[in-house]
Amino acid sequence: MLEYDFMRNAFAAAGVAAVVSGLVGYFLVLRGQTFAGHALGHIGFAGATGAVLLSIPSIWGLVGFTLAAGIGMGFLGERISGRDVAIGVVLSLALGFGLLFLHYYTAFATQVTALLFGNVLAVERSTIATLAGLALITLAGLAAIMRPLIFASLQPELAEAKGVPLRFVSTAFLAIVALAVSESAQIVGILLVFALMVGPPATAQRLVTGLWSGMALSAVLALAEAWLGIVIAYQTDWPVSFCIAALSALGYFLTRNIIVPRSRG
Amino acid sequence: MNVIELDRATVSIGGRDVLRDTSFAIKSGEFIGVLGPNGAGKTTLMRAVLGLIQPRAGAIRVFGRAPQRGDRNIGYLPQVRTVLPDLRIRGRDFIAGSVHGERWGLPLSTAADRAAIDKMLAAVGAGELGDRPLSEMSGGERQRLLLAQALLGEPDLLLLDEPLISLDYRYQEAIIELVRRFARERNITVLFSAHELNQLIGALDRVLYLGNGRAALGTVDEVVTAPVLSQLYGADINVVRADGQIFVLSRGRSVEHADHAHDHGHQHDHGHHHHA
Repeated sequence: MLEYDFMRNAFAAAGVAAVVSGLVGYFLVLRGQTFAGHALGHIGFAGATGAVLLSIPSIWGLVGFTLAAGIGMGFLGERISGRDVAIGVVLSLALGFGLLFLHYYTAFATQVTALLFGNVLAVERSTIATLAGLALITLAGLAAIMRPLIFASLQPELAEAKGVPLRFVSTAFLAIVALAVSESAQIVGILLVFALMVGPPATAQRLVTGLWSGMALSAVLALAEAWLGIVIAYQTDWPVSFCIAALSALGYFLTRNIIVPRSRG
Repeated sequence: MNVIELDRATVSIGGRDVLRDTSFAIKSGEFIGVLGPNGAGKTTLMRAVLGLIQPRAGAIRVFGRAPQRGDRNIGYLPQVRTVLPDLRIRGRDFIAGSVHGERWGLPLSTAADRAAIDKMLAAVGAGELGDRPLSEMSGGERQRLLLAQALLGEPDLLLLDEPLISLDYRYQEAIIELVRRFARERNITVLFSAHELNQLIGALDRVLYLGNGRAALGTVDEVVTAPVLSQLYGADINVVRADGQIFVLSRGRSVEHADHAHDHGHQHDHGHHHHA
């Protein structure tokens, strides 16, 4: 299996993206902002198709659009009511634009599938370097804001009183989520970013109650699910993204309903 | 020494004067019960003391100087306490997230920080909450956790905004007793806002009644009188004393219970949320 270049590339790319997704996703779940992560993926679709239309590598379109959208969502503010409705409207607009760009670039069908559902087996060596660079930036950013991010996520009212700039922290976090979504989308595709960004952290939070242990477990689970998914895909010839998504769902429902039965909380 | 001084202060929020030309002084070590109808400015006063709202006119001084946002000498329990419904973070890590939470970088907590948290949890009789996830705590347990957090770092001033809301009577008594004991032992000045006066009577030194843009600070006998409260509520108020309890009535109905009923409904929604 590992004698093939494309398999080694797949493991490397999936590994980098999975760890980033697991760590960033931990906070996405902690803050109850998973819908924002989902929306950023969809918005990224317009960016990616637009970039291809302009002969720019799709990942940069993805990064550019998700970053702009993440920062925009952050500026909309923490407490705007009906924020989810606004995200929903922007989300469909973005998908619409994605379709429009496609309309003008007809020789695109395979790339669309790759964008939507991922194609980790076709990742090139140069993409791995890009992913690793993005991963470093993402994790450095997360590390820089982690302390106030946790405070603002757990107790926003108190955090504000203690001088945490809530708006800035939440905007910076959404920018970090945007980068993580862009990476995750390279592996499992835009429609399945939840498989790496929400499944593993949600599973980890059911299993452990510590902050550091939760983060670590989330990253490990994401990595294990991504790699195991590739192995299963190799053996069965099923699509990789399906295998990862299935493992992610399996892990979550197993811990939610069987290993850790719902307690009185 | 005065811990909090308002000097002809006017504090507005949303264009409305919550406090108008108000002056009073709270001395070190006093336990002040903060009362008044909904919207009278109990929360606004605390936010002004925290330096989150600037007075439009006049001056507010805390520890003899202008309020400073993030003052480590103030322990604060906000009224609105967002608790995500399914937060499976253990109590110790929840509190640790607030220790130096305003600094940048990784949330590394030292062994001393963790020991201080465990010590404080034990002191408020909540030692076992350190290892329990928040999603499995009752309202009373959460309140103890938050109280331990507010007391961490040995503040000289404690601002407790409606700490009794959503607690059953047994827990309410326990929280009041706990705060009073800590405050006496460590000479902490306490602002404790609540809906019901009677529970606090045994604990408080003076009462601060807010309403109609005004404030009245004094002993219960000075402040809780028909003329003073009628002015603050902007309505005809009767004060009835019976059986060691004081009832504040407007047209025969208890104003406290009117407020309380409202809050209970609100909290019920929240409760269902947490336990869903």
